[in-house]
Amino acid sequence: MKYWWKVLTVILLSYVLIAGLLVEVPRQIILYETIRNLYFHVPMWFSMIFLFFISVVYSVKSLSGTDLKHDRKAVELVNTGIIFGILGTLTGSIWAKFTWGAWWTNDVKLNGSAITMLIYLAYIVLRGSLEDEQKRARISAVYNIFAFVLLIVFIGILPRMTDSLHPGNGGNPGFNNYDLDDNMKLVFYPAVLAWILLGWWIATLRFRISNLQQNLFT
Amino acid sequence: MRNSYFWDFKNKFLQQVLSLLYNNFRLEFRNRSAVHGILLYLVSTVFVIYLIFAQLEEMSTWIALFWMVLIFAAINADFNSFRNESGNGFYFYYQLCHPAAIIFSKLIFNAFLLLLILALNFLLFFVLFGNPIENTSLFVLTLLLGVLSISSTLTLTAAIASKTNNNSTLTAILALPILLPSILTAIKASVLSGLGFGWEECSSYIITLALLNVLSIALSYVLFPYLWRS
Repeated sequence: MKYWWKVLTVILLSYVLIAGLLVEVPRQIILYETIRNLYFHVPMWFSMIFLFFISVVYSVKSLSGTDLKHDRKAVELVNTGIIFGILGTLTGSIWAKFTWGAWWTNDVKLNGSAITMLIYLAYIVLRGSLEDEQKRARISAVYNIFAFVLLIVFIGILPRMTDSLHPGNGGNPGFNNYDLDDNMKLVFYPAVLAWILLGWWIATLRFRISNLQQNLFT
Repeated sequence: MRNSYFWDFKNKFLQQVLSLLYNNFRLEFRNRSAVHGILLYLVSTVFVIYLIFAQLEEMSTWIALFWMVLIFAAINADFNSFRNESGNGFYFYYQLCHPAAIIFSKLIFNAFLLLLILALNFLLFFVLFGNPIENTSLFVLTLLLGVLSISSTLTLTAAIASKTNNNSTLTAILALPILLPSILTAIKASVLSGLGFGWEECSSYIITLALLNVLSIALSYVLFPYLWRS
């Protein structure tokens, strides 16, 4: 079975959808049923960071050789990561409206996600403005690595030093302290794995399409 | 033998950095219009702000405007810092120097340029709007670290943008999002020092700034040779 992980993704995702919407959740004040968004909003960000990280790995590979395959992999991973980032922002925005009362707040994590989106959209613009393939691969790889490292320092350090409305920051209790009970863990961890696998699946499909296009037109 | 080779390399490297730096200064001095343009840009922007606001009541507005002027002057100053190295001049440098020598000389030169801009900006704000900052020494330390961090990030971004054709917009697009980490950290620290907090409250921000600085210089050193080769 070469494609066992795809089967696993389908099984896990169906489990997450069904169990995520039906299984008993703790009733928290303000949160109530919106706590189910935890299975969809949080894994989006995990998958996005995972995809961007793998993209940086391929950027490093593409710098150390001249194989354009690595560059195509890097860009398709970034494209998929952007989709997950947009979904994460949308689910977060809806969640914020029903719990904090606004679509967008001036929160460190929200600003961090906005900066992430800006960086990767700039990456796409940079690629668009370069004609030569080898040059494009090299220069965009340099930007990808540079931006990712600074970004990780930023979203890894700054939210821990400032107040945030998110759980686990600025005196707010984290979900894992008391209200992420065993029932929720049983859904949350499979959800993270499932969404990451789905992201990887989409990226590999996109990579195969771009490979085919490349072989057709050259 | 190996040791002597290393010393030889080190001396050559230093020599290259110094002579490139000298060359940069000489070129800028010979054609002063670029630097004069930036300084004039700074003066007119601050003067426009002065005419609009007349006086700044709140410390946070002072700091916000100060950093806005500084950031955009910095982007304007740095975005075509590789104009001599693109085109035909590129082949000349390519044969002569180690790529790391080129990026180091540029980093030092841009840091000088931005420190000049920072000094003028500070002077103008000080004269026109007064000084609302309580803990000035810590504020100056934040400014220095912030400006160095901005200049090292901008230098590599300018190198990336110099490889494309539509230079000016692309530098801003590429630079602004990756500048935001250092800018936000620096602004947090400047607000705290403006309110009069001391080292204990600000130290984590200042350490983060220094870390960002070291990281962007190290990354420039590692990544620039790949840009250069293309």
